[in-house]
Amino acid sequence: MIDRNSPVTEDELHAYVDGELPPDRMNAVAAWLADHPEQAALVASWRLQADSIRAHFGAAVDEPVPQRLKLDQVLSQDRAAGRSWAAMAAAAAIAAFVVGGAAGWMARGASAAAPSRFDVFASEALDAHKLYVVEVRHPVEVPGSERAHMTQWLSKRLGEDLRVPDLQSIGLKLVGGRLLPGPTGAAAFYMYESPSGERFTMYCAKADLPETALRYTGGEKVAAFYWIDDKVAYVISGPADRERLEKVTKAAYEQVDKTGTKKL
Amino acid sequence: MATFRQNVETTIPALRRYARALTRDTDIADDLVQDTLVRALRSEHLFHGGDVRGWLYTILTNLNRNRLRSLARRPALSPIEDNDAPDLAGPEAGGRDIERALATLVDDQRNALLLVVLEGLSYREVAEVQGVPIGTVMSRLARARVQIKNYLDGARPALRRVK
Repeated sequence: MIDRNSPVTEDELHAYVDGELPPDRMNAVAAWLADHPEQAALVASWRLQADSIRAHFGAAVDEPVPQRLKLDQVLSQDRAAGRSWAAMAAAAAIAAFVVGGAAGWMARGASAAAPSRFDVFASEALDAHKLYVVEVRHPVEVPGSERAHMTQWLSKRLGEDLRVPDLQSIGLKLVGGRLLPGPTGAAAFYMYESPSGERFTMYCAKADLPETALRYTGGEKVAAFYWIDDKVAYVISGPADRERLEKVTKAAYEQVDKTGTKKL
Repeated sequence: MATFRQNVETTIPALRRYARALTRDTDIADDLVQDTLVRALRSEHLFHGGDVRGWLYTILTNLNRNRLRSLARRPALSPIEDNDAPDLAGPEAGGRDIERALATLVDDQRNALLLVVLEGLSYREVAEVQGVPIGTVMSRLARARVQIKNYLDGARPALRRVK
């Protein structure tokens, strides 16, 4: 059966490197390679590739798992996202989407293709957030004192009737806003500031996507809540303090929620 | 139920490693793992025994594909230092070379190679993750290895072969 000289295929060489050959064939290939330096060099180069990959990326497995990836955290965040959305969207049509527990989750799971396009808005908004919140002298193009002008201007550029939320009630002053390039054309970007200098931003862009549930994405320093309502994607970004960000999101949401407002 | 979650939990470090190699960015990688975990936990009731680990790799691989597709709809932006030839010297040069070489691979080939080499999955398991026959996994691996070798040998990734 085991013939030292039986032809060895390239597939077998890969299987040999990856430990996928039965033991007897393993030995036969090893012996064959001893007589075929060219192929042996090829095999050695594949092993070297594998070693480099493991050396370069292997260490990640020993790092402590960050808090946000702990299962308890993932579960509670997921539930909280559902709950707060349900509370916020009580008046809105979207409620039907979430209420109903498992059915709601399945409906969300079924539209698996949509969230990725949806996620683009959040990543764009977070990029803008990180870029502009550190600006001291030029954080915005239009100052918050010109709210009416800014609203009109940005609405015109987006081709969408925008509202710039007033967040004074939760202690946030409107710093101002600017126009940004977004995934679908123009995007509007407003910045708010707390007395202690914490900054939150709101990003709005047209989105030809179905309405979504509220989603949260958090890094170590910044986090965002985002959703789509009535063909507009909204992203609220701020420091990674989930509760605080949720409060800001709720306040902003209540002012921009067209579906709900129309019904009132 | 407890065992399902335990199995998920013990796989998290490996998922982070795989995601990091796929995305080459710690934050994006962890976002991907987080999304994977959310999906997995939501679909817990759909899981009827079997290999939790393979299932998680499948979810992560698919989510990453969606991510790459949505990136592809935006103008192609690649970090400036990511271009052209391998570095000739310097510490970490070897590591960055392999990173760049991986970046030149077609998505499916990169997934297959990383699942086998980094994650230690068998060909059969990779076939399940990718939803293709084992033969396809093997040809993806073979092409990935040729491409990486060419890249590291200094031959530019000439023409990317489709098929």
